[in-house]
Amino acid sequence: MFGWSELTPALPELIILATACAVLLLGLFSRSEKGGLLVLTSIIGVVFAAIATAKSHMGAHELVKQVLFNGNFVRDYMGDILKIAVYFIMLFVFIYSKQYLRNKNIFKGEFYALMLFGLLGIMIMISGYNYITLYIGLELVALSSYALVAFDRDNAQSNESAMKYFILGAIASGMLLYGMSMIYGATGTLQIDEISAAIGQSQNNLLVVFGLVFVLVGVSFKLGAAPFHMWVPDVYQGAPTATTLFISSAPKIAAFAFAIRILAQSLDGIIDQWQQIVAVIAILSIIIGNLFALQQDNIKRLFAYSTVSHIGFMLLGFLGGEDGYSASMFYIITYALMSVAGFGMIIVLSCKGFEAEKISDFKGLNQRNGWFAFMMLLIIASMAGFPPLVGFISKLVVLKAVVDQGYYVLAGIAVIFAVIGSFYYLKIIKTMYFDESDNDQEITAGFDVKSILSFNALLQLGLLLFIPSILSYGVKAIGSL
Amino acid sequence: MIEYLLSGEFYQIMLFYVYSAILIGAALAVVTMRNSIYSALFLILCFFSAAALWMLLEAEFLALTLVLVYVGAVMVLFLFVIMMLDIKVKAKSGMSNYTKVGLLVALIMAIEMILLLGKKLVGVLPQDDLVKHAQGHSNVSEVATSLYMKYSLPFELASVVLLVAIIAAVLLTLRRRDDYKIVNPESQVHVKAKDRMRVVKMDAERGNNIGGEE
Repeated sequence: MFGWSELTPALPELIILATACAVLLLGLFSRSEKGGLLVLTSIIGVVFAAIATAKSHMGAHELVKQVLFNGNFVRDYMGDILKIAVYFIMLFVFIYSKQYLRNKNIFKGEFYALMLFGLLGIMIMISGYNYITLYIGLELVALSSYALVAFDRDNAQSNESAMKYFILGAIASGMLLYGMSMIYGATGTLQIDEISAAIGQSQNNLLVVFGLVFVLVGVSFKLGAAPFHMWVPDVYQGAPTATTLFISSAPKIAAFAFAIRILAQSLDGIIDQWQQIVAVIAILSIIIGNLFALQQDNIKRLFAYSTVSHIGFMLLGFLGGEDGYSASMFYIITYALMSVAGFGMIIVLSCKGFEAEKISDFKGLNQRNGWFAFMMLLIIASMAGFPPLVGFISKLVVLKAVVDQGYYVLAGIAVIFAVIGSFYYLKIIKTMYFDESDNDQEITAGFDVKSILSFNALLQLGLLLFIPSILSYGVKAIGSL
Repeated sequence: MIEYLLSGEFYQIMLFYVYSAILIGAALAVVTMRNSIYSALFLILCFFSAAALWMLLEAEFLALTLVLVYVGAVMVLFLFVIMMLDIKVKAKSGMSNYTKVGLLVALIMAIEMILLLGKKLVGVLPQDDLVKHAQGHSNVSEVATSLYMKYSLPFELASVVLLVAIIAAVLLTLRRRDDYKIVNPESQVHVKAKDRMRVVKMDAERGNNIGGEE
């Protein structure tokens, strides 16, 4: 069985599991409508997990890659960097969603318990070293997300979107498993490094390529990349905003790790085959995401389509070799930070019985509250990729990696559609600054939520100071695979 | 030729194709039947044929577990649920346009895959003979070693997935109704005599009229 030496590297996962169970039980006993205790417990759990993760990097000793639990679990540099990013984002998610749930009077302990179980799934997806472990992590995230989408169970829209998400998610899981079983049939193993070795030795990899196609369908669905993006707008719009906040941020980082483990680590032998497919998916996502976002007047739907285009950019990085992977990693982390801030802004502007989900709800925000209009400006401009914000740098590194590999046309198309896409971002900015406000509601959010949101938005500027070191972490992380 | 047809090997291969054909046919019936009870019954047939296939592969333990757990327990529960739900069977209305187009797409995809892979795959697929284990081979211990040793981490994580499924199911379906006439033992125990019975002090009636008119 597992010795102490195997359990210690998995300590962050154990802490999150214990916190999830504790929050579940606490939620049953505390009947308070506010649930401050539950939020606090969740935050403490995540902070402890962060300490446990970061401890291996303190001081002089370097973390060496450890494969544990009979090759089911890996602790490496990339995993730790991604996990720390995920903890960071989950803290934002916890604080914003508390505000939302109280506004709507649907606070329940299970919401936090499910998010923590989802976080555990994300960590497993980041650290899985075997197709089975990766798949179980994926299902853990998916199952928690389905329940979270349907959380507001008296809301017909929320139920409908949960139903769509569940059925499409089940089909995608089926595709993924079918592909994985093909790869297992061809290589006789499920472990990442053994698959890679088996592909290297074999002469004819046709069966693996056949499986690859189905695995890619599953991965693209989970990422929400075109043409498997149909669920994204409906689910983002129908789900309670607190849930949208969660599913649009942290699981995307997990899906990136999932894609890296499967494509770059286990199927590196057939890189020529998957790069072509990924190129098509990436460009389609950028085109479809940006064009469809132009038509939206619901801001949650608009963010959903913008997610599709961002995912396209992230996948574009997969064409750029090792530099490209680290560029993608940087891109997905910064995207998750922007997305969580964007949905956080919707929550802060909402109040009891009213949800600021139309673009027109942002009319004249500058007159109502200049500071938050500026924060929204930072978030939106960063999403659009205006210099000098973080969103610009992340697009730049991805494009650079792609151009270095000679994909000039793809980079050109990506830039053109990013420019087209900036129109709808500018539309929001125009609405905030130049339109007359038609309501003069005060922003009722608590001080903690306001200050955290300001911090989150200011990160779009503040991260600029650390970009060289973050990029070097990324390069080191990909190098350590 | 005759000898081969009478041999055990041929019999086994023939059984494989028969069971596979039944499995595929039953699986198709599960999704095409309009009456959900028929679907459930065909699903039982599916599981049973799959168990027979496992039996051919000498995986007796898995085959028996499939029959016991799925046919015996899960499907009975399914049937109970379906019969409780009182689902109306819709009248047959022919194939909808979606079905026609869907079938056409599926057919083209299948042909494409066969054209692409058919010839090339012949050499790639493992060409092993049917599984033959030595006498005394225990496939219980084989399942146990891979489940509890090699894959113990995913096994533990699967339990977390089940926990999440339970939480989600309870969360989405449990409703507390206000008009529910449920007994609350706590308030029953704490009830005081004065909550239930009001003692009204009254003066005794005067002027006893019993006994007729004054």
